[in-house]
Amino acid sequence: MGTKEYPAIWLQAAGCTGCSVSLLNVINPSIKNLLVDEVLPGSHINLRYHPTVMAGAGEPAIEVLIDTSREKKGGYILIVEGAIPTAKGGVHGVVGEKDGKPMTIQAWVETLSRDALAVIALGSCAAFGGIPAAQPNPTECRPVSEILQAEGIKTPYINVPGCAPHPDWFVGTVASILLSGLPRPDDLDEYRRPKAFYGQTIHENCPRRAYYDEHKFAKKFGDPGCNYELGCRGPITHADCPLRLWNNKVSWCVGCGATCIGCTEPGFFDIAPLYEKTSETALPEEGLK
Amino acid sequence: MGKIAIDPVTRIEGHLKIEAVVDGGKVKEAKSAGMLFRGLELIMRGRDPRDAQRITQRVCGVCPTSHSTAAALNLDSAFDIADKIPDNGRIMRNLILGAAHIADHILHFYHLVALDYVDVARLAKYEGSSPALNSIKDFISRGELGPFVPRYEGDYRLADDVNEQAVAHYVMAFDMRRKGQEMAAMLGGKMPHNMGIMPGGVTSTPTVDVMASLLWRLKELQEFVDNVYLPDVVTVAQTYSDYFEIGHGCGNLLAYGSYELDGKEADLSKRKRFFRAGTTSTSLKFDQFDPTRITEEVKHSWYADSISGRHPSQGDVVPDEKKKGAYSWLKSPRYGKTVFEVGPLARMMVNYAAGNPAVKTLVDSTLARTGLKPQDMFSVMGRNLARALETKLIADAMPDWILQLKPGEPACVSYKLPEESSGMGLVGAARGALGHWIEIKEGKIANYQVVTPSTWNISPRDDKDQPGPLEQALTGTKIRDEANPFEIVRIVRAFDPCLACSIHVVSPKGHDLGRFRVC
Repeated sequence: MGTKEYPAIWLQAAGCTGCSVSLLNVINPSIKNLLVDEVLPGSHINLRYHPTVMAGAGEPAIEVLIDTSREKKGGYILIVEGAIPTAKGGVHGVVGEKDGKPMTIQAWVETLSRDALAVIALGSCAAFGGIPAAQPNPTECRPVSEILQAEGIKTPYINVPGCAPHPDWFVGTVASILLSGLPRPDDLDEYRRPKAFYGQTIHENCPRRAYYDEHKFAKKFGDPGCNYELGCRGPITHADCPLRLWNNKVSWCVGCGATCIGCTEPGFFDIAPLYEKTSETALPEEGLK
Repeated sequence: MGKIAIDPVTRIEGHLKIEAVVDGGKVKEAKSAGMLFRGLELIMRGRDPRDAQRITQRVCGVCPTSHSTAAALNLDSAFDIADKIPDNGRIMRNLILGAAHIADHILHFYHLVALDYVDVARLAKYEGSSPALNSIKDFISRGELGPFVPRYEGDYRLADDVNEQAVAHYVMAFDMRRKGQEMAAMLGGKMPHNMGIMPGGVTSTPTVDVMASLLWRLKELQEFVDNVYLPDVVTVAQTYSDYFEIGHGCGNLLAYGSYELDGKEADLSKRKRFFRAGTTSTSLKFDQFDPTRITEEVKHSWYADSISGRHPSQGDVVPDEKKKGAYSWLKSPRYGKTVFEVGPLARMMVNYAAGNPAVKTLVDSTLARTGLKPQDMFSVMGRNLARALETKLIADAMPDWILQLKPGEPACVSYKLPEESSGMGLVGAARGALGHWIEIKEGKIANYQVVTPSTWNISPRDDKDQPGPLEQALTGTKIRDEANPFEIVRIVRAFDPCLACSIHVVSPKGHDLGRFRVC
């Protein structure tokens, strides 16, 4: 009785669908739980629009966007996956039309975010621009936050970056809204990431940290030792990957012998080359020895 | 004469619009347009060549392992180490690709395609005792049916009990595809966007506990493929058997080959692979594949004609948004100036024509059981069936690969970055033939070109005005109900399009798609 419905719209912008695929990898709750069950007792996420999952296509699908923003004003969650192309009026990303006019992704984000309960910028493209915004940023891709600010839209937004983001980071963010409302200022860091997931650096919790402290560095992939000299971005990257682990906890980036490539940070992909040692000046206090 | 426009086409990867001109109840002409451009090839120029390994995976979050494999093969060849990859590295790459491939095909059938054939809403009257199905019944009774409604209404033909089972399998398949991703992550660190595959091999060495765990995980997937996935595809195919006559397409098939069985042959077109490279057609005559015959044509794409007809290694991106007669930002890859389809159907039938024993046995037994001819495979249901057969072949091959791993031995070889070089990486991605080409100058990426499977399949008309494979598959199709054009979306989804992979730039709305205004 009395299940509260939280309508959700999942908009795909300039992205690769990797954030969606990552969410499909969620364990508890399962993706089936998220789609059809009460995600928390008495609360159901009603995923009305998701291009990769939804049954409908074409005009009926577009009507879902329009109807939800009108009928559920102030009550739906907008999830944006991908950066927003803004060059030449946004023509590099167009989805359907509204009132007989073609709609750019930029226009959809502006329209739908205005009346949303909250906006979740999911993945590094939506949160910070990510890959498509990497230099020379051919389509002038911008993060959700800049679109909101340019339009004076006051809807609260949360950045959940990662390439791809861990599904727990997304589900945890949504669950916390359902349980205790929108995040308080203190719950988010300076980049509006939930501190619960992004509060510490990879380096602080890395199982190879002892090697770093002893200055034992791997010289090639597969070596024991800290991967710092192979380009690891762990010291400047905020996320709980070493503790949370990935894909049902089977491994994570450094766990498979690779480096952290800094995918949860602003500027991801322009802090390159990825296989060269991070400049010491870029290291935070706790990383310097 | 009417027009059906579907924008967006959902349950595919990316932003796709389809327009079909319908005359007398049949598709007279069809055009497909991609709606998003990110320009990743432009972003790669001037960067460290090794960064291409990480950037190109982000072309597509659905098939990143395919891009990481193509990029690694491309960089191996550019770094002159293509014949030096340790067996552990070669095999672990195969396993990462294979596990993701299985997950991808399960996702495609159950979560992208099935809702065109399976009626979830009918679970409202379910009276059985399955907890999963009862939870869906409860969901329906609450009255908020997103994302399962709206949808096209009408042609859902499965009997109630079969339909119920299919919905239960839709739910089960979520877990199965996730487990495939987990296998890939065990060797690749995480999914999507694995970190393990690198030029030179992979980043970690195999261990016995991982090998044992992979074997048991694989066994569960094999059982699902044999007892659930393949039977479900056959059931849907038999219930909708008219779809063996719909969506024939261009009739020419191309496969690059995939899963390296030989690490000592540097030339990819000569290397021994589990699925071999080649071409065939409805005649089922096998021909050798020659990568120099690939061109990209742009007569109907918004690019300067001066770059048309080039081999991808010489490819370029010179936009010309005002070009007359152009209607897409996809280029048209062609092989020997001829239209070719790529994908699981191509891999199966090329290998069938070449006499690959595992493929031939499985395809023949399936055809015998269903009363079909090999030529029936050139269809909507043939494509769905080929994908399931391929899944079984990969899953059944992987246990041996796992047992060939040598714990404690290296999986990666060192290399020196060249100042000047070029490379090519060809792989059979989940959606078909995927090629990466690189040119390195002064130690940096001077040019990087990616030609993806969906660029082949969703391509527009070419320099000789020949429509692309999907456009040909749509043309001539009878549409029973223009308000619910099931035929169009079923044809499109059988190709498993991946638009993030294919698109170089977007079609701005308001341009003419040829003669037909997009609006």
